[in-house]
Amino acid sequence: MGLVARHAEAAGIPTLCMTSARDITEAVNPPRAAFLDFPLGHTTGKPHAPDLQHRILVEALSSFETMTAPGSMKDLPFRWSEDQEWKAKAFAEGDDRMPRHDVPQYQDDEDRRRAEQGGSPSCPVCRS
Amino acid sequence: MRPVDYIPRIHDNYARLGYKAYNWVVNRETAPWAPLRKPLSQCRLGLAASGGIYAAGQVAFHHKDDTSLREIPTDIDTKELRATHFAYDLSNARTDPNVVFPIDTLRRLVREGFLRGLASRFHTFMGGIYSSRRVTEDLAPRLTARFLEDGVDAVLLVPV
Repeated sequence: MGLVARHAEAAGIPTLCMTSARDITEAVNPPRAAFLDFPLGHTTGKPHAPDLQHRILVEALSSFETMTAPGSMKDLPFRWSEDQEWKAKAFAEGDDRMPRHDVPQYQDDEDRRRAEQGGSPSCPVCRS
Repeated sequence: MRPVDYIPRIHDNYARLGYKAYNWVVNRETAPWAPLRKPLSQCRLGLAASGGIYAAGQVAFHHKDDTSLREIPTDIDTKELRATHFAYDLSNARTDPNVVFPIDTLRRLVREGFLRGLASRFHTFMGGIYSSRRVTEDLAPRLTARFLEDGVDAVLLVPV
């Protein structure tokens, strides 16, 4: 995503990258970043915690007004849990990605049916 | 405890899948910079997210270097959002997409006056594209063109 940020920023659009992978973001070096030290898949908060999600984005988006130098990264003041067990687990388990396929991977079969029928009326931009 | 290092893990995983050794992008030169021209409370914000979010009725992403984009109307019912991805545990994103696609959070920030407004559409795609050249030369320019079309004052980018 840092590559997208750098491209958009060069075209005159201010960007902010959220990230939960500090080493990746440091390497790609986007203009502005906000680091949330949460497990992957929670870059903007915990599920069903709208007030936490709100506080995270307020802290992060404020960087647009406070950062003055390219390459800035803000450490957001939130912890996933009191202990750091998830991190020990992430270190121990390594990468558990699935093998990759180049056919659409639907969340459920009803989605597949709707997409194959050409989209639903409630979705005006289904084919983009 | 220090942050988790993901670069070595991804390197090992590509090796296991039989890809050539992965050279992570390292940008040592200073990043470009476009200052925000007005306070956030006067800004229209765009959003692009790479957590594999699509809307029910759209063709889902596939998991092998998919550089296609989906447009998500900003006024969509959150219950219509779906998630597909190979690189993270989807269980939370599927019950609350806001963990990787903060659409309800951003709509609330507009209601509260923290932001003036949002683009009429948000953009989603899959991360984990092996070729950084495809991202730089193909995906990033297409996204930038959409941000310019959308007339946004700033963009929030949410990877997983």
